[in-house]
Amino acid sequence: MLTIDTLNFSYTNKPVLDNISFSLTRGELCGLFGPNGCGKTTLFKCCLKFLTGYTGTIAINGMDIKTIKTREMAKLVAYVPQDHKPPFPYLVKEMVLMGRTPHLNPMSVPKARDMEKAEQALSTLGIAHLRDQPYDLLSGGQRQMVLIARAIAQETRLIFLDEPTSALDFKNQLEIWKTLRAIADQGITILACSHDPNHVAWFCDTTVVLNDNEVAATGSPATVLCQEMMDTIYQGSCQVRDLEDIKMILPKGVTHKQPTPREIMA
Amino acid sequence: MTTTQLINKQTLSTTALFGLLVMTAFLCMQCGACSIPVSAIVKTISAHLFSYPDLDSLERLHNTIVWNIRLPRTLLAVVVGVCLATAGTVFQGCFKNPLVEPYVLGISSGAAFGASLGIVFPSFFLSVQVLAFVFGFMAVAMAYTMARVRGQTPVVTLILAGVITGSIFSAFVGIIKYVAQDTALREIVFWLMGGFYYAGWRDLAILVPIALPCFVIIWLSGWRINVISMGDQEAQSLGINPEATKLLLITLATLMTAAAVSSVGIIAWVGLMMPHATRMITGPDHRIVIPVAGILGAIYLIVCDTLARTLTNAEIPIGIITSILGAPYLFFLIRSKGQRVFGG
Repeated sequence: MLTIDTLNFSYTNKPVLDNISFSLTRGELCGLFGPNGCGKTTLFKCCLKFLTGYTGTIAINGMDIKTIKTREMAKLVAYVPQDHKPPFPYLVKEMVLMGRTPHLNPMSVPKARDMEKAEQALSTLGIAHLRDQPYDLLSGGQRQMVLIARAIAQETRLIFLDEPTSALDFKNQLEIWKTLRAIADQGITILACSHDPNHVAWFCDTTVVLNDNEVAATGSPATVLCQEMMDTIYQGSCQVRDLEDIKMILPKGVTHKQPTPREIMA
Repeated sequence: MTTTQLINKQTLSTTALFGLLVMTAFLCMQCGACSIPVSAIVKTISAHLFSYPDLDSLERLHNTIVWNIRLPRTLLAVVVGVCLATAGTVFQGCFKNPLVEPYVLGISSGAAFGASLGIVFPSFFLSVQVLAFVFGFMAVAMAYTMARVRGQTPVVTLILAGVITGSIFSAFVGIIKYVAQDTALREIVFWLMGGFYYAGWRDLAILVPIALPCFVIIWLSGWRINVISMGDQEAQSLGINPEATKLLLITLATLMTAAAVSSVGIIAWVGLMMPHATRMITGPDHRIVIPVAGILGAIYLIVCDTLARTLTNAEIPIGIITSILGAPYLFFLIRSKGQRVFGG
């Protein structure tokens, strides 16, 4: 589905991506993971053609993305940006309808069929009741859902999400990840970058760990997210525990907390 | 709601507003130093267009006033209103900012410089109108070139570049005003405040062929403006090339503004206010905002121009009227709708 081969990118002599290679297969939910400044965002931008001037190849369905036109590209890959407010108070249905843009003729407007697709996407995510609400008045979690619905309406086989849960409460974070899981199970490939190793461990099929502008590891979260890897990327600040068959990454110290003097007294 | 219903609703409100525009136009054409009944206006127009009733049966005074003065003047107000309001909508959409107006890229200062050149040096081989058009367009082209870095034109850089070209041309206008003779100076000042004093069929013949195709293309691009207003990266991920689309739209909007400004001078507020007023009626979808903003802009300018020529014995420059009426309206918007209208 997506193949990245020896990708290099640098901003004026400062290397940001160094020999990145990995690939994703159909229906795979992959968590892109790594500390701040490791090059996640730049990798995304290269894959979505927001940045050019990289070396190496990025291929979608075996086609080099350099040869794919913007409109065709948008039929292959959808992008869910981080939550933001648009300058105008568009309605939810209008936002989702924008996902149909690559399927329209350049001077034309969405037709009844496109409206149906948008409605379907809203129902798939269980937010059909928000249809006529202004997007900018929704909560962060709802807005993220709308942006995902837009990507679904775009009908691509590949979806990129930029920190989909960064501004959400715990319940909404889980909601979003479950939704992504369900989408991936329908055969759509998802690459989501995340700052939370637990989310990657709980929900993703595979993970790509970036550290110091390089791929530190790829593979299933169960094997990749080990103590050694956490020590490498977070300099020994957390520890990995197995809770039955689930991995938990915890801050170092919370489990070996010494009883406070007051607790000893009691 | 299905698309058909949506489009029907939109068509309905657009048609209703268009009816309001026609009505306003006729009512305003009645007013003036010589009051003419609507029936006489209709008769005159019908006589000229359909040769019924016979031209000779018309009162000559009415014929002259309606056909040679008020009708072209009203139509010019309509076209200029459409131009400024449409351009304002495009700029606000492309710049993702509801506070920009058509003059943001320095077009008004450029046009002012061109016009002053033409006024002070009447022997120059181009007319005031053409000079204003050329320099207005040139100011925007300069701003765009300055702001373009490695194939990208960031909005903030573009607006700053607009401020720069604007101030350069304003300084040039200052020089010309300083050296100009009294009569020329007076004429420059009047030009800067805008007005339909000399409106005639000739102005329409120049303006319409530029404005109409631009308006049609912009209207057809309404959906793409929605997508562009999401920001460059999102627009690209939705299959629209943001740089090429913005360049096309800004060029068309600039052509419309330059054409309007060159024929009637600098009229403030219409381009800023009409898109806002429209969004309050129709919502933010540019497919409908563009035609409705155009119609509202036309109505606003007809009313303001009628006030300008009837309030006092002398004629008041229309730029003054549009500002005096526009400013309180914007104040009302800020107080009543606050952040919802202005983003943020």
